[in-house]
Amino acid sequence: MQDDGIPALKGWSEAELDAAFAALRSELEKDDVFVALRGSPKSSEEIEEFRLRWLGRKQGRLKAISDAWLKAAPADAKKPLGQRFNTLKALIEARLESAAGSGMAAIALDAEAIDITLPGRRRKLGAEHPLIRTQHEIVGIFQRMGYSVGVGPEVETDYYNFESLNFPPGHPARDTQDTLVVAGQERKPLRERLLMRTHTSPVQIRTMERQAPPVRIVIPGKVHRNDAADATHSPIFHQVEGLCVDVGITFADLKGTLDHAMKELFGSSVRTRFFPSFFPFTEPSADVQISCPFCGGAGCRKCKQSGWIELLGCGMVDPAVFGFVQQKQPGYDPEKISGFAFGMGVDRIAMMKYGIGEIGLLYSGDLRFLEQFA
Amino acid sequence: MRILSNWIREYVPGIAVSDRELADDLTLRGIAVEGVFDLGAHGSLFEMDITTNRVDAMNHYGIAREAATIYGLPLKAVDASLPPARTGARPYPVRIEEPKLCGRFTARVLRDVRIAPSTGIVAERFRLLEQKPIANAVDATNYVTLAMGHPTHAFDLDKVEGGIVVRRARKGEKLKTLDGVERTLDPDDLVVADEKKALALAGVIGGWDTMITPETKNVLVEAAWFDPGTVRRASKRHLVHTDASHRFERGADFNAPPVANALVSRIILESGGWIEGDLVDVVAPEAEARTAKRASIGFRVSEVQRILGPTDDEQGITAAAAESILTGLGCDLSSASDGQAVTLPSWRLDLEREIDLIEEIARVYGYNRFRNTLPPFAGSVVELPWAEKEAAVRGTLLALGFTEAISSSFCGAEDAALFAREPGSAVAIGNPLSEEAGMLRPSLVPGMLEMLALNLSRDVDDAALFELGTAFSGSPENGYARVEERPALAVGATGQALGSGDVDFSDMKGAMEALLGRFAARSVYFDRFPAASGLMPAWLHPGRSARAAVDGATVAWFGQLHPAEAERRKLKQTVWVGEVWLDRLYKQDPRQPAVRELSRFQAVRRDFSVLLPERVTYAALSSAVDALAIPEIQGYAAKEVLRGGRQIPEGQYSLLLGVVFQSHERTLREEEVQQWSREVVGALEGMGGKLRG
Repeated sequence: MQDDGIPALKGWSEAELDAAFAALRSELEKDDVFVALRGSPKSSEEIEEFRLRWLGRKQGRLKAISDAWLKAAPADAKKPLGQRFNTLKALIEARLESAAGSGMAAIALDAEAIDITLPGRRRKLGAEHPLIRTQHEIVGIFQRMGYSVGVGPEVETDYYNFESLNFPPGHPARDTQDTLVVAGQERKPLRERLLMRTHTSPVQIRTMERQAPPVRIVIPGKVHRNDAADATHSPIFHQVEGLCVDVGITFADLKGTLDHAMKELFGSSVRTRFFPSFFPFTEPSADVQISCPFCGGAGCRKCKQSGWIELLGCGMVDPAVFGFVQQKQPGYDPEKISGFAFGMGVDRIAMMKYGIGEIGLLYSGDLRFLEQFA
Repeated sequence: MRILSNWIREYVPGIAVSDRELADDLTLRGIAVEGVFDLGAHGSLFEMDITTNRVDAMNHYGIAREAATIYGLPLKAVDASLPPARTGARPYPVRIEEPKLCGRFTARVLRDVRIAPSTGIVAERFRLLEQKPIANAVDATNYVTLAMGHPTHAFDLDKVEGGIVVRRARKGEKLKTLDGVERTLDPDDLVVADEKKALALAGVIGGWDTMITPETKNVLVEAAWFDPGTVRRASKRHLVHTDASHRFERGADFNAPPVANALVSRIILESGGWIEGDLVDVVAPEAEARTAKRASIGFRVSEVQRILGPTDDEQGITAAAAESILTGLGCDLSSASDGQAVTLPSWRLDLEREIDLIEEIARVYGYNRFRNTLPPFAGSVVELPWAEKEAAVRGTLLALGFTEAISSSFCGAEDAALFAREPGSAVAIGNPLSEEAGMLRPSLVPGMLEMLALNLSRDVDDAALFELGTAFSGSPENGYARVEERPALAVGATGQALGSGDVDFSDMKGAMEALLGRFAARSVYFDRFPAASGLMPAWLHPGRSARAAVDGATVAWFGQLHPAEAERRKLKQTVWVGEVWLDRLYKQDPRQPAVRELSRFQAVRRDFSVLLPERVTYAALSSAVDALAIPEIQGYAAKEVLRGGRQIPEGQYSLLLGVVFQSHERTLREEEVQQWSREVVGALEGMGGKLRG
């Protein structure tokens, strides 16, 4: 090595040139900054120093060497020599460029770092009401089983709410449904008197009067009773009613349909069991229990340790109901067709599914409660 | 109702299962045991819930009959034997004036009885059942009700004047009943009377004057059968519900009175006394023909299969199985031309038709032994016509950040009057839960305001809610001949519920625009009427509210709640509220997306800052720009509106109008854009506007 720091060249052959440039290359690779540029960032001053050290127009090492060597080189060696300098220069520039892309910007961007553990700014989502959500879920199950959706008025006549459902005037069964009545009805014949429907069952009659069999209908709706409000009672609540009428519909079909529906609603491991019950408009009538979906039937607080939860009322449509319908649709001949009907309380199911302790919350509009369903 | 397991076992001696299994087996057959309590050596106490149709099972013997049927065991007859009677002077006089209402009346005279506290099994069972003992003659009647369900009554014979007459009450007739209440009777009431006065309200409650007292020496034991409807009406009319009325109004056993009478007499005689004369038993044949001797009904096993379907057992329900169940329940079967003829038991008036027998068979056979099958279906599925529209409304509001709520269907009279769509159209409830719930809501807005107020009162200051529901209206004339139900929507917002700033008119209008934009109306516009016109709802701030019209018809009102109304409701901050008449909006089809072609050429944006006189509305300005009819104006919007401040002269406001020019055919040239810009400026100046530097 000479004093001016310019390495001496042994000769101009390709091999000798390669050896000289390999030495230069290894010198470059020992430069801290060159190495560092590949990974951790260096300050911009250090990078500039490095650039001047190697590529500077006046003191740059590459410039000095190329000036010296090219001056000394014979004509036919100038081209291979120039090519090798260009390659080495490109290597340095590429490294500098990549530093500008990441290394240098990284320093600047680092200064812009923020605390990502702060909570996000959330636009408030509208929340669907838990009753509507539950109602959609139940109705959807029956729609997938080929049921159409039906609705009916919330203010009904005595005929549709009671008489045509086989609650005769003055019958004790009427006592089980405390009724809110519209004012000023006293002078009308009983069957025309208006009241707040106490169940969604009148829609069964209205549907059959409009449509000859077969019928498969699921009826969601709001109902009202003259009940004082407490944790589990509200004068307003929601039901989903179902009706299926055709030739050859059996009690076994009713069982299978509800068993399937409960499995869809609460999970396939849920079991159902049926108990005799009494509703004036079905015969035979049944109450349905499902195995507790929370404890799997072992017994827990939600099922009052019994392993079972009562959820549905149902039964085979009473021939007397078909008799009322036949006044308008003769096709409902109880000797030829048969059918089943079922009903469930949406509020109760929603309260159970979401662990709601007070039915009043559902009708309060209290956002602290409703927002939890967003 | 409470039942003692040991009492059941006395009637059905062979029951081999435990009390708990017995309870489960009964429950699975519809005789629901809700709770089982261990009484040690005395067996168990069952807490029962018997359905209203099964009055026959509201007593020990009735439940024993069910158990006997379930296990196929014999049921012991009730021991109604009595010591021999001494001959009386004449049969005790009993006259039934209303044979339709009183179908049977038995009377027995007991003399020289001793009124004393009950002892023996009566006392023990009362104690276990926590039934309050009174005295042997009274306890005897209650004991028989518990045993076999038939209500009876014991009169102090010496207070009865001249014999029994069963008749209707006379208008205004008085009767002091056992509960100490002096009642004025109605001619529809049936009374058990003597020749002079009413003694008891038949089938409901006994009378004070003839009740058993410690001084009673001679007793008349009554066991009768009364018409269910008559008892029910009297019970409701006099607001007195007793064990007796509960049973009679559901249909008692016509054949029970002689047995019940004998049982009561037997218990009283245990403390002393003797029987005078034979039992007097007056039967109205017509009532008997309707009950105990009612016609047999036809029954076909094929119907059992048609209605009930397949069972887990391959054979299904056989004719023999069906017959054995029905016989166990007290029916008699004989062959008939089409199947079988079934004679029905007197204690099961709820059995009237073939389907009733099918239910009995399913019940006793066991519901859970039927298979779970799914029926085939060939019909088509029909969606509700407005389902898609309702989903669009709900989806839009949820997406905008409104939360769905459900409020009461009722409101007070003041709100009903204020919010009714047409004056005087609100509907009153005849038996409201409270005064504040006396009317059916004519609008969902009062409920919305109540919910917003509730949130504010609980320090939820940012609230955006909506409710979908029914609004009611009717005409009070002719007793609300019809009640109209219309689907309606209420929206309400307050605080910073919809963004970082306080909710304002633009938020509400934007929500309405988004909502109405889901429908395929030809025109949607917003306007308002002068306060004096009376056309604006009184609950809205007249200067900060608007009407929305779709194809010329009003569909919505919205804006700031009227300050006076806010004051009345003590709302601590500004509340924005709106009502949408969905019955009108749903007349529109949902808008079907139709894609418009996107331009391949660059758009040019120009902003115009202009000072305008206050009287120029944006709507007027907008029509002026539209009137230019420049097809390349792709859109424009008010980017900023400023009022007040040093820069803006009194009576004027500053508007920054951003206009976008774009062509579908070509790149726009600068000269063209300049020309159109001059035209826009011209239009603004035509409105009295002045371009700002």
